[in-house]
Order: sequence, then structure tokens, then C-alpha cells
Amino acid sequence: MKFVDEYRDADAARRWAERLARLTTRPWTLMEVCGGQTHAILKFGIDELLPKEINLIHGPGCPVCVTPIELIDRAIAIAARPEVIFCSFGDMLRVPGSRCDLLSVKASGGDVRMVYSPLDALRLARDNPDRQVVFFAVGFETTAPATALAVHQAAQQGVANFSLLVSHVLVPPAMETILASPENRVQGFLAAGHVCAVMGYREYEPIARRYRIPIVVTGFEPLDILQGIYLCVRQLEEGRAEVENQYTRVVGLDGNRYAQAIFREVFHVAPRHWRGMGEIPQSGLALNERYAAFDAERRFPRDEERGQELPECIAGLILQGVRKPYDCPIFGTVCTPDHPCGAPMVSSEGACAAYYRYRRLSCEGARAPSPG
Amino acid sequence: MNREDRSEERPLGPSFGCPVGRADHAQILLGHGGGGLLTHRLLEQVFRPAFTNPLLDARHDGAVLTVGSERLAFTTDSYVVRPLFFPGGDIGTLAVNGTINDLTMCGARPLFLSVAFILEEGLPIEILYRVVASMRQAAQSAGVQIVTGDTKVVDRGKGDGLYINTAGVGLIMHGLTIAPTAIRPGDAVLLSGDIGRHGMAIMAVREGLEFETTIISDCAAVAEPVQELLTAGIEVHCLRDLTRGGLATALVEIAEAARLHIHLEETAIPIQEEVRGACEILGLDPLYVANEGRFVCFVPLAQKEAALDILRQYPVATDAHQIGEVREGTEGLVTIKGTLGTSRVLDMLSGEQLPRIC
Repeated sequence: MKFVDEYRDADAARRWAERLARLTTRPWTLMEVCGGQTHAILKFGIDELLPKEINLIHGPGCPVCVTPIELIDRAIAIAARPEVIFCSFGDMLRVPGSRCDLLSVKASGGDVRMVYSPLDALRLARDNPDRQVVFFAVGFETTAPATALAVHQAAQQGVANFSLLVSHVLVPPAMETILASPENRVQGFLAAGHVCAVMGYREYEPIARRYRIPIVVTGFEPLDILQGIYLCVRQLEEGRAEVENQYTRVVGLDGNRYAQAIFREVFHVAPRHWRGMGEIPQSGLALNERYAAFDAERRFPRDEERGQELPECIAGLILQGVRKPYDCPIFGTVCTPDHPCGAPMVSSEGACAAYYRYRRLSCEGARAPSPG
Repeated sequence: MNREDRSEERPLGPSFGCPVGRADHAQILLGHGGGGLLTHRLLEQVFRPAFTNPLLDARHDGAVLTVGSERLAFTTDSYVVRPLFFPGGDIGTLAVNGTINDLTMCGARPLFLSVAFILEEGLPIEILYRVVASMRQAAQSAGVQIVTGDTKVVDRGKGDGLYINTAGVGLIMHGLTIAPTAIRPGDAVLLSGDIGRHGMAIMAVREGLEFETTIISDCAAVAEPVQELLTAGIEVHCLRDLTRGGLATALVEIAEAARLHIHLEETAIPIQEEVRGACEILGLDPLYVANEGRFVCFVPLAQKEAALDILRQYPVATDAHQIGEVREGTEGLVTIKGTLGTSRVLDMLSGEQLPRIC
């Protein structure tokens, strides 16, 4: 397939792996930020091609994984209301809240629908003026512009029965949180290529300087990832700490200005709670006051219950790269993709689900003794 | 010890106990019909304990019965598909071909079908005519007769226009045991053609996705090439049609039942360009996408070429390939060597395959 097969060529992958092996003189720990990259690394077995000295840890860039359980409970409560058509991206439907998931709400009679774009949800609102259509706005800088566009159009067209449950989050503050942690082991980042396609990569330069860490904007195909790792390790070996762009065919320095403009028109930066990582200042998006009427949190009364995480689940440590999925006492036993206890087991982008699907056998050998 | 622990200690005995409380979900989810792990669990936790007998417990696509001196295959399937008409077929062709294929997978020659319709009040008669005409044509071209049937009508809003159930009987005319437990280390795994077309054709119509060329469902009866394999004396160890859950789920089921390791080569699995593209865009894995005219066939390695030569003579299997082999080793494991030469584990589909966010 054109534009895919070229980036999955086995000979080229081997050549990059050999160049990387010649370059590497000592151990380095890198984090790929985006869940899409984690998925590709495990699906294609890219980690198996790397020299032993290179340790990849999997970052918090899975939007499904970091959506807090309170918000999922809120989504479930809203979706169960009889006047509501609740719209969500597909993999959000299986994320467990405290008691059930959105698919169970659907089975109990709730009108829960999977959509591919927030604009599909807006169309549903126009077509069903007697219903309340709520879109679960999840994702990083990549999905936020489309959400913003939907709200902007709803306001222009006067679609009053449309609203958003917003859980958009931003990547750079999460990277800073990881770097600032005393437990941090990350020495270089592969930044999320699609986030940078929207935002550009100027905002990573202060981070690279402040923490003296190389950041390589990286794509999602096997050769992208291998080249991203190569560029990152080359900086580490040469003692440099810069922002570099591997994904030049998609990402420019300033990103997509139209997307950023619509995004700023509708949203402002606000503190957000991340599942497993807690509250991170300036790490999320909230609707601007002139669009506040489209905020589902204001439109529907609040349920007083607080979300409950399973105490054994170490999702937070996994999302920060401090632990691997097989370090978790319930990984692959109590917690499986069919019965996820923590969010990283739900989405195929989540580190636990990716390890379960692609690495279950090798994990059994690698499982560390459970803490305590 | 609390009450819950005690109740789990009580032996279940031969009687059928209500599984509510033991099952993972208190109500039926759509995923229970997805052909993956949830479906599997429903069978194991609800149906098999209730109906257990040696024929059912063989867990095949149909039951193999001995009547007098003859061996018969008997199977049933229900068809609920939206939209009713899709590129490459309709609910009628599915209902006839699906049951023919289930009989074929038992190694039988399909002979007779029953058809039951559940019609929704308000369904245009013209649609019923079109579906019935498709069924007639599918049955004729496979040489089977539809010999009995039933019709029910439900209130408007209580059905998706039209549901069909078919059951079928076929005659087994060879002495082979064709079952997952009959596969042996060293067997070649043959796949009859490209995968993923039916699922993506349905999804494209249902979700209004447009591609440069229309994806046509692979819906077809596969009785002819399989009968020819058997007539030619190929020692077929196992046959399985790839329906819901796709190639991966079918092979995991076989590996688990056989307690052997199946290893695949990803580059040997044919997938049409449009299907790969659509799966890439939606974040789906074609190994888990539904098919309606594809099957896998396990044969001794020595007969691989002969089997492929036979399969490739038929339009429904022109693109047949060896995609893997059976190995000793970890029980119930399916692994696949990917494009970069590294291997990964394949699992059963868990619930429904859902498109990823980004």
C-alpha cells in the first residue's frame, strides 16, 4: 500500500537497527509519548530490533487511558438519561467507570452511539432537535481542533441541543511532570508526531533546554520510529539536547495555524486531572466563556458519587513510565482486555493492552515479584 | 469465610445452575454476538452446561451424527445484518451460503436446508422478494434444496426489517475425522483467499465510508473446492470458515482445542489493498475482521501442494496460500511473524473491534 509499505520495509528496518547498534555505546532510556507509537512498537516488534542498551518506556499519550474515572462516571450518568443521545469515539465505549462502561449503558437502554467525528454528533443534534446530543470530547491536541470546529458550527447554526463533555489534554505539561518527578528515568523523548502536526514543535524547545533532554518529533510507522530512536540516541551519545523533527513529511515548525486558531477561539488552557497522574496545572482545555452554554457538565446535574479506582492497579506508575505492565500484580490475571481494571488495558493504544496482546508470553518470564 | 466463598465451594453437580453472578456481565452486550471471547464465554458458561452431550461437546461448526450406516452433518445459524443489501450479497445469500459453509466445514456435502423468516411489520414485500430470489439462486448454484420453513411477523420497531434462520443437513462420504483435535505438528495451514472483505464492505456501507473502489463482500459457498479436496484423497485434518472474529479468532479456537502451537507468516496472508487501507484508517486489524467465503484448511505438509492446486481451480479459492504451520510447544498459542521479521502473539477478539481515537 502506497505511503505505508515504504515505511514498513524489512531491509530498511534492519539497516536502521544496525546503524543504531553501531552508534550506541551505553544504556539509554527513551520514552515514546504517544500510545499510537506504543501500539506500533509492540505490534511490529520494533523493540526486539533494538540494541540491548536501549530501553523504551511507554508514555501517557493514550487519551483513553488518561481520562479520569470521575469523568467516565459522569459520562455514564449523562448517557443513561432518557433525553440524551451520547456520542463517543469507539474505544472510549469500553473504558470501565467505577461500576460499568458505556456499552453496558447501551445494553440497559441508553442511547449510546459511536461516531468517527464530532461533526457526526453535531449532525445528529440537528437531525434530532427534541433530544440532547452530548459528545464525549476526548483526546490530545490532535482531536481538539475537530471538537472546536463542531462547537463553533453549533454556535453559528444555533444548535442548542448539542453539548460537550470535555476531557481534552495537552502533551507538553505531562512531559514536564514526568521530567520533574524524582523517580524520572527518561533520558530522551520521541514526541507525538500527530500532536505536532497540529501544534508545531516550538513549545518543546524550552523543555529540551530546561531539562537538558533530546526531543525528537516522531511518526508512527516502523521506519519512523526506528529513525526517531536513532536521532534521539545520536543526540544522547553526542551530548546534545535539542528538538529535532523526524516526521518532516507531516510536521512543520509552526504546525497547522488554522487548527490552532479555531482551537483558541473555543478553548482555553486549564488545569486537568489525569487518570493515574493526578492534577497537572495548565494541562487541559476548557470551553471559553462564550461557548460555556455547550458545556455538558453545566447542562446536566452532577452526580455526587466519587470515582473509585481498583487499589491493586498501578496504571499511574505505568503511564509515567516508572513501571512496566508486567510489574502489576493483576496484569494478565484479574486484569485483561476483556475485563480491564485500569485504563491502559482498555484501548489498544494502552501500554497494558499492547503488552497483553503482543507480549503475553515473554511477560510471563519477565514478571517481577509483586511489591509488598 | 463469607457467604460468597461458601457458595462457590458447593459442587455444581449434574443439574444446570443459573450462571448469573458467575458470568462477567449481568446482561447481554452486543459483544456477546461478536464471535470473540464474550461469545465463547456465553457458550461455555450458559449453553454447554445446559445442553451438554458428546455431539455438542465436540464444539464444531455443526454436529456430526451417525444415522444407521450413514454419517450426517447438522447445523443451524441465524442472520441479522444491517444493511440487508451490501456490495457482493445480501442477507439471503449470507443465510444460504453461511449454512452451506458450516456443513462443508464438517466435511459434509450439503443437501437440504430449512429457512425461517422473522419479518418486521411494514417490511416492503419487494425487499422480501429480492432476498428470496437471492436465496433461490445461492441454493441452486450450490446444489442444495430448501425443503421446509417458517414465517413469523413481529411488531414494527421490534426487528431490523428481516431476520433469517437457516438449518442444514449434509452427508459425510469419507472416513476422516475433521476436527481441531485432529491437527498434528507439521501440518500446513492453508487459507482459501484474501481476508477482511465482508466485514469492511458492511462497515463501509453502514458508516457511510467511501473509498476509491467499492469493497465487495467475499460472501460465497465454499462447498465445491472442499468436496474436491476430499474426493482427491487429501487427508484433511481440520476445516474452519472464518466468520465473525476473523482469521485470528478461528485459529486461536483451533489451537486451544488442539492444545498445539500455530505459527503464521503475516506476509503470506492475502489482503486486498482497499481492505488494508480501510483498516489502517479505522485502526482495525484485518486479522479480526469478518469474512463470509473464506476458510482455513489443515493438511499434512506433504499434501500441501496438491491441496493448493485443487483449491486454486475454484473461483472462491484462486488466491489460496499456505499461511503457517502447526508446531509442538506452548499449548493453545497462535503466533505470527510480522513484516519486520519479529513475532507476536495473536489473541481472540475481545468484545467488538472498535475503531481507535487517533
